[in-house]
Amino acid sequence: MSHAFLDGYKPLYFSTTEWAFIRAACARLIPSEGEGPGALEARVPVFIDTQMAGDFGKASDWYMLGPHEPGANPLLGFQSPLTPAQIYRQSIALVDEWCTEQKGKAFAELGPDLQDEVLRDLQARKMPLKAELRDFFVLLLQNTKEGYFADPIYGGNYRMAAWKYIGFPGARGAYLEWANDKGAPYPLGPVSISGDRG
Amino acid sequence: MARRQKKTDVVIVGLGWTGSILGIELANAGLKVLALERGADRDMIQNLAYPKMIDELKYGVRHGLMLRPADSTVTIRHSLRDTALPYRSLGSFLPGNGVGGAGVHWNGHTWRALPEELRLKTYVLEKFGASVIPAGMTIEDWGVTYEELEPHFERFEYVCGISGRAGNLGGSTQAGGNPFEGPRKRDYPLPPLPTLLNGKIFGDAAKAMGYHPFPLPAANLSDAYTNEYGMQLGPCNFCGFCERFGCIGYSKSSPQTCILGALKRKSNFSYQTRSEVLRVELASDRRTATGVTYIDEKGEEIFQPADLVILAAYQFHNVHLLLLSGIGRPYVAETGEGVVGKNYAYQMTGGTSLFFKDLNFNPFVGAGSSAMVIDNFSVGQIDFGKEGFIGGSYISSGQFNGQPIRSMALPSGTPTWGAGWKKGIRDWYGHSMSIGSHGSNMSYRDCYLDLDPTYRNKHGQPMLRMTFDWKPNDIRMTQFMRSKVESIAKFLNPTSWVSGYKGDSSHYDVRPYQTTHTVGGAIMGIDPTKSAVNRYLQTWDVHNVFVMGASAFPQNLQYNPTGTVGALAYWSAHAIKHDYLRNPRPLA
Ligand SMILES: Cc1cc2nc3c(=O)[nH]c(=O)nc-3n(C[C@H](O)[C@H](O)[C@H](O)COP(=O)(O)OP(=O)(O)OC[C@H]3O[C@@H](n4cnc5c(N)ncnc54)[C@H](O)[C@@H]3O)c2cc1C
Ligand code: SF4
Repeated sequence: MSHAFLDGYKPLYFSTTEWAFIRAACARLIPSEGEGPGALEARVPVFIDTQMAGDFGKASDWYMLGPHEPGANPLLGFQSPLTPAQIYRQSIALVDEWCTEQKGKAFAELGPDLQDEVLRDLQARKMPLKAELRDFFVLLLQNTKEGYFADPIYGGNYRMAAWKYIGFPGARGAYLEWANDKGAPYPLGPVSISGDRG
Repeated sequence: MARRQKKTDVVIVGLGWTGSILGIELANAGLKVLALERGADRDMIQNLAYPKMIDELKYGVRHGLMLRPADSTVTIRHSLRDTALPYRSLGSFLPGNGVGGAGVHWNGHTWRALPEELRLKTYVLEKFGASVIPAGMTIEDWGVTYEELEPHFERFEYVCGISGRAGNLGGSTQAGGNPFEGPRKRDYPLPPLPTLLNGKIFGDAAKAMGYHPFPLPAANLSDAYTNEYGMQLGPCNFCGFCERFGCIGYSKSSPQTCILGALKRKSNFSYQTRSEVLRVELASDRRTATGVTYIDEKGEEIFQPADLVILAAYQFHNVHLLLLSGIGRPYVAETGEGVVGKNYAYQMTGGTSLFFKDLNFNPFVGAGSSAMVIDNFSVGQIDFGKEGFIGGSYISSGQFNGQPIRSMALPSGTPTWGAGWKKGIRDWYGHSMSIGSHGSNMSYRDCYLDLDPTYRNKHGQPMLRMTFDWKPNDIRMTQFMRSKVESIAKFLNPTSWVSGYKGDSSHYDVRPYQTTHTVGGAIMGIDPTKSAVNRYLQTWDVHNVFVMGASAFPQNLQYNPTGTVGALAYWSAHAIKHDYLRNPRPLA
């Protein structure tokens, strides 16, 4: 499948190798095969890049002062001194290094089965990432799903394709005549915040 | 030296639900009232309008209307042995910020406390005996009865325009309402919201099993309504963006839609935003407050003198301000002595998702409180001796939003990513409903609030520290509810179902959202050695400081708090207007 748009996109935050990683990882997290858009068709990598360049990547809303205990009980939540953008950067470098050592190639160059294996290891925390980076996979998966389902103004969910796929009408925000117990299928496609109709 | 402002009769700290109620009641009594609000101003039309509000990422996921931990947060630990760490990013609870407080972005479930809940300790002792209270549990009576609060529950419901159906009118049971509620004098101001498919099949099953289903009392209006302050609201359109969002219509009861429009027109009321109160200042004898010190947008410290100080800053901010101001003796868990910070409690919840291949729920059609409920397992209906726990829960099936980033329940075994996840979201979005248990949480000697020894806020003040964990009593309660919910799930015979409840090995996890129903820390009561405020929410030691909000709850209700928080605010306002002002003194 052609992804000319992603090929031509100049990332705001990610370097060329990081961008290759993000595209490859997104393509496995929400693959293009089967019904419905994959993360690449939905332009999820663009969403993640924009988020990293913005407030979320900088942890602008979070309390980031020390002392930090990144290895603390995970139930106490995010405790890394690093921002999400820094966590992506350092983790991608380490994962690529690990892939090169163990499998001979950077993550983006591996075949889909090996890529899935690496992602599974990351999720199961079998990859030796230091405590400061332990939330990497959680962030990556969460941001991928955000990009898939958020309003298209944020760069992903291109043409509301993910909303159409599952049957979510987006920003319609008015369903009074559907507030009943009949369970009839809703007939209208989505609208977006900018007023596009799908 | 802080700059000194001109004196005002009343200064209110925080302009959310309780600040707005006290604001209008005291302004209507002729007092000169100034409210200081930490966050930004928020206007229905300028800030909460369609289509910008219909943005799941910005408001639902990135918490666009809530308090940023970068600006203010707490530290949390599980036990006295642990080191508390900052709640750095929002998860478990979402404090409000800005005009309207959390009242802008609540869901609108509006309950009254049960009569038994307000006299819980006495109820337990009389009915089951002291032996059912486990060691370390520190439950108390509230010091105010249901009968005393009844007119104030009603007042809040009529200010909001609650949609519901009475179950107990003056002692006579009403078909279709909650037969287990305390007696009410009047029905709800508006009829219930329409029932959705999930509510219908849950209600039918519950009835067939001998339970008593009724619609959840909703601060999402079922019809046009004008309240006592002349504020006009219109019917909810089931927009599916209620909780965490401002209402795009004038359909959700909030400080803005129910009070502030009228209050802002009064010449004896004024408010200032981006003004964060740092502490209450006390006179040299420490028996009265002289006013508050706050920091304005430009970072200037300002002293605002006032005759009366109302803390309406939300539960744990109220407790923090009391501790920072030296009002009341701080609670010390090791000895059980002191009162401020004591009995912090939370809410025990759990739920089951049901998947039906052939049913269409249209999950995006939802009001903040569109749900059917049973209260057959409420605090007043359970034999604590037999079941081995103190507490209760309401069980409900609601459909509030189908926003896909957060509302994507999938059958067990569905992968969290990859081709299997992608197929799962297509197969099951739109074909699932949930049944939840919303339960009480008791108070314990080692669950409390105090000042953190290490972490400081941006003003250099010690942060508030929360010490909290789940206890066996409350886990037994939720496991009991699980068995009840799952029996209803089985009756409904879905394609499959999956449950999530706390179990024996569960510890408090600050990451997933649970509720913003944090309570206690400045509890009310009749004994000054056991409570921080008296039955009128007046601090025992400093008689011109009153503390609103769920900080007064000695343990948590099985219900969402705001119906009771609103009633207590009107009850306290009534005592201030009709008693305190004539002769300022300790009222108890
Ligand atoms: C997402 C969400 C959903 C909810 N849903 C429900 C529900 O369905 N049913 C229910 O019963 N309850 C619900 N609640 C809880 C409900 O919102 C609160 O019970 C209610 O708003 C409490 O009123 P309050 O006046 O105590 O605090 P708030 O309404 O939060 O107001 C407190 C105000 O004080 C300000 N403030 C704090 N500190 C300072 C300071 N130092 N100086 C100046 N100002 C300060 C804050 O910025 C805020 O504006 C929900 C809460 C949330 C967050
Ligand atoms: S669900 Fe109803 S009350 Fe809630 S925000 Fe939407 S329109 Fe307003």
